[in-house]
Amino acid sequence: MFSNQANMRPINSYPKWVYGFLSVLLALMVLYALPNMYGEDLALQVTGEKGEAISEPLFKEIEQHLTDSGLVIKKSSNDESKALYRFNDSESQLKAKDLTQALLRAKNAGDFSVALNLAPATPDWLKDFGANPLKLGLDLRGGVHFLMEVDMNVALKNREEQYIADLKTKFREANARYASVVRSADVGLVAKFRNEESRDKADVTVRQNFPELQTRTREQGEIFELVMTISEQKLKEIKDYAVKQNTATLRNRINELGVAEPLIQRQGADRILVQLPGVQDSAQAKRILGTTATLQFRLVNESGGINPQRAPAGAELFKQREGGNIALRKSVIVDGSHLTDASVGYDERSMPQINVRLDAEGGSKMLAATSKNVNKPMAILLIETKGVYETVDGEQKLVDTYEEAEVVSAPNIQSALGSSFRITGQFTPAEAHELALILRSGSLIAPIYIVEERTVGPSLGKQNIELGKQSILVGFVAVLIFMLIYYRMFGLVANIALISNLVFIIAIMSMVPGAVLTLPGIAGIVLTVGMAVDANVLIFERIREELKEGTAPAQAIHNGYDKAFSTIADANITTLIAALVLFGIGTGPVAGFAVTLFIGIMTSMFTAIVGSRALVNLIYGGKKLTKISI
Amino acid sequence: MKILKSGLNIDFIKFRVPATFLSAMLIIASIVSISFNSLNFGLDFTGGTLIEVGYEKEANLDSIRSDLAGAGYEKVTVQYFGTSRDVIIRLAPVKGKKANEVGNHVLDTLKATSDDVAMRRIEFVGASVGEELTEQGGLAILVALIGILIYVSLRFEWKFALGSVAALAHDVIITLGWFSLIQMEFDLTVLAAILAVIGYSLNDTIVVFDRIRENFLKLRKQESSDVVNTSLNQTLARTIMTSLTTLLVLLALFFLGGATIHGFATALIAGVLVGTYSSIYVASNVALALGITKEDLMPPEVEKEGADQDALM
Repeated sequence: MFSNQANMRPINSYPKWVYGFLSVLLALMVLYALPNMYGEDLALQVTGEKGEAISEPLFKEIEQHLTDSGLVIKKSSNDESKALYRFNDSESQLKAKDLTQALLRAKNAGDFSVALNLAPATPDWLKDFGANPLKLGLDLRGGVHFLMEVDMNVALKNREEQYIADLKTKFREANARYASVVRSADVGLVAKFRNEESRDKADVTVRQNFPELQTRTREQGEIFELVMTISEQKLKEIKDYAVKQNTATLRNRINELGVAEPLIQRQGADRILVQLPGVQDSAQAKRILGTTATLQFRLVNESGGINPQRAPAGAELFKQREGGNIALRKSVIVDGSHLTDASVGYDERSMPQINVRLDAEGGSKMLAATSKNVNKPMAILLIETKGVYETVDGEQKLVDTYEEAEVVSAPNIQSALGSSFRITGQFTPAEAHELALILRSGSLIAPIYIVEERTVGPSLGKQNIELGKQSILVGFVAVLIFMLIYYRMFGLVANIALISNLVFIIAIMSMVPGAVLTLPGIAGIVLTVGMAVDANVLIFERIREELKEGTAPAQAIHNGYDKAFSTIADANITTLIAALVLFGIGTGPVAGFAVTLFIGIMTSMFTAIVGSRALVNLIYGGKKLTKISI
Repeated sequence: MKILKSGLNIDFIKFRVPATFLSAMLIIASIVSISFNSLNFGLDFTGGTLIEVGYEKEANLDSIRSDLAGAGYEKVTVQYFGTSRDVIIRLAPVKGKKANEVGNHVLDTLKATSDDVAMRRIEFVGASVGEELTEQGGLAILVALIGILIYVSLRFEWKFALGSVAALAHDVIITLGWFSLIQMEFDLTVLAAILAVIGYSLNDTIVVFDRIRENFLKLRKQESSDVVNTSLNQTLARTIMTSLTTLLVLLALFFLGGATIHGFATALIAGVLVGTYSSIYVASNVALALGITKEDLMPPEVEKEGADQDALM
């Protein structure tokens, strides 16, 4: 009863549970690879503003509207993330988009994202298993890839100007009479004083209120200076914040653009990766994503009277939306970065108003500024970076950009304002909606530049898939034939292992979230197919050697597998190192190649060693052998 | 079926000197070519703009060039890509913030004169991104080599590790030399291919080393050079077989994979050929020259933890 079963098992046999395990594993892999056999449907995707699903009644209403308009809907679904309407041709798909957008606008139902999409046609029973097809990279499905860099100099400049305003306030409170506070190129901020006493007071104030500023003092003749440098830690925070804020803004704008499954991701210290599958017009995408609209709240300088022609001291002159000029104080109370929400409402007289919410910091700044200035006007200044367009050959082209600042409204402060208040003015409802939208989608805290663009048209994507499939197929079949001729029965075993290897790779790639198939990825699969037979070749050559030395066939099989194992492991681990390095440094296509190579090596080791052994044992195990077909 | 007769015994060691000479010549030629011709670095590394467009009929390169010159793009390369209906246009990096508009502008220019032109892809890489990538690529190859050196040292011995890294450096330099000679574009996929060559060539080398180690323990009375020669002969069938299957799929990629994947396939084909040769001649030669002996390969005596204590049961 307690005998060691392993020792009693005849040579070249696996226990039954191994076969059970392998069968279940193979069945699972086939199941998860299966969704890739079904194609994709042309679909229209409708989601809420923040990517949530739409309500069931609205879903039904859109469907009804589309059917009433004569469109044939192949299938529709509304799950927790999106509503999908599938169509048979792209004409209906495009028409459905226009119809749906018109319907939603007419209903004034709020903000929705309506996007064209390619939805996998995976049957429901497969979806129930959580099986999904491979995600294709942009080089295969077409679309726009941008790598954007945040202009940190501007981000820093904006923050330093904010510091200057804050410092001046604190100095005044502390009675430290300053001559000036300015930005200085190499050192950061410099405050100048006429006497040492004020400077020292200011120094103390800075230490108490701005621990992140490192101070030192210096004298230039009669002038006493306080030099303030922003700490490394804080600099990092400022940059971090700039990238995060810009990423959030880009995400909002992309939602407005209506793109299915966009990818917006921070990359490195100051870059943002944006991938928009299916988008063809990269010029339009650039225009919308790159617009830097910034909002500022400032107090009005009334010393120049109404419609001043020259800016009074300490003020700047701006144009007003309703006409004429207005002078604003230079210091900014709060800018758009503190804004958390903006929506349109209506006041008692049914006039549109914008309800604004600020974050805590913005709220307290607003309170401090407004409580001292009740019944004085406060201006809302909108600064937009606009493109200069020229008509060349009948088409609009962007030739330059410029900043356009405009005071949207300058209502009186009726009472001290906190983090939640409303803006009233002479808005039409449309203007109010537009303004709320710009405010809500936020401003880019600093300009962004595109440092890398890869736009792939749909025809090239299709062609790449076709070529990829073809080369995998031809290379694969060539290897299969070659192995069969060269190793006969064992070649057949290796071929079965190779086919299951391909199934494993596709299944795992489909299962791993974030794994994307790119053209280099396909090349990685092809390469793995070529190299995957290596393990079997090593084993089979060993068996041949053993046979040559006169070892009995059964023992030769056993020894062949045994002796080849450590070689296979060593050889593959080194290739794994190369794959890991590729993954670590590579981005986009190279990383895609590394992922397939990595998965391919792992699965090929398994199928070539365990899988082929199981088959060989099944064929040759437990028999008296005099000859084997190798 | 067998490619090689059984009981094969080629005297590889006899060709040691000519092989070393050949490798040295190839490496010198490669380095000379790389330093004079440089590599034809692609957009990924140099930065710039690339536009691929498809025409319905055969495209006229001269008229495309003159159209672009009319729009102010003087220094452009216009070439067919794969077929005579596909055209690829390359522009050197432009300074300034409008650099990323060039692609769209070129496309608009072409669309203005011909209505059957379709955008297939636009790629723009800023100059700074390209520089970073060149650094990263060099770093990647270096890190991969060091990682492998460490692994092989741990699993085998430092002489073998140096031998394998010498073989890798040999393969990488010659593949790069080949690319510099034929001036094929060296882009990101080619870099990936070079790293795959490292993996592949190493795979080959390790198999040979593994056999050398085994034979050193088995054939105790033989000279080191004989042991190496026997091992090379024993692994030759496998070396050729694996190279053949890999070449089969690479040829499929080369001929059927399309123009985008051409450089990738070329680099790997060159790498597999050189890698096969180097695992036979370079890796084991260097190890031999460094004086491997069987003592180097004896498994070290490891004192087991608790070996000096009485067993509990």
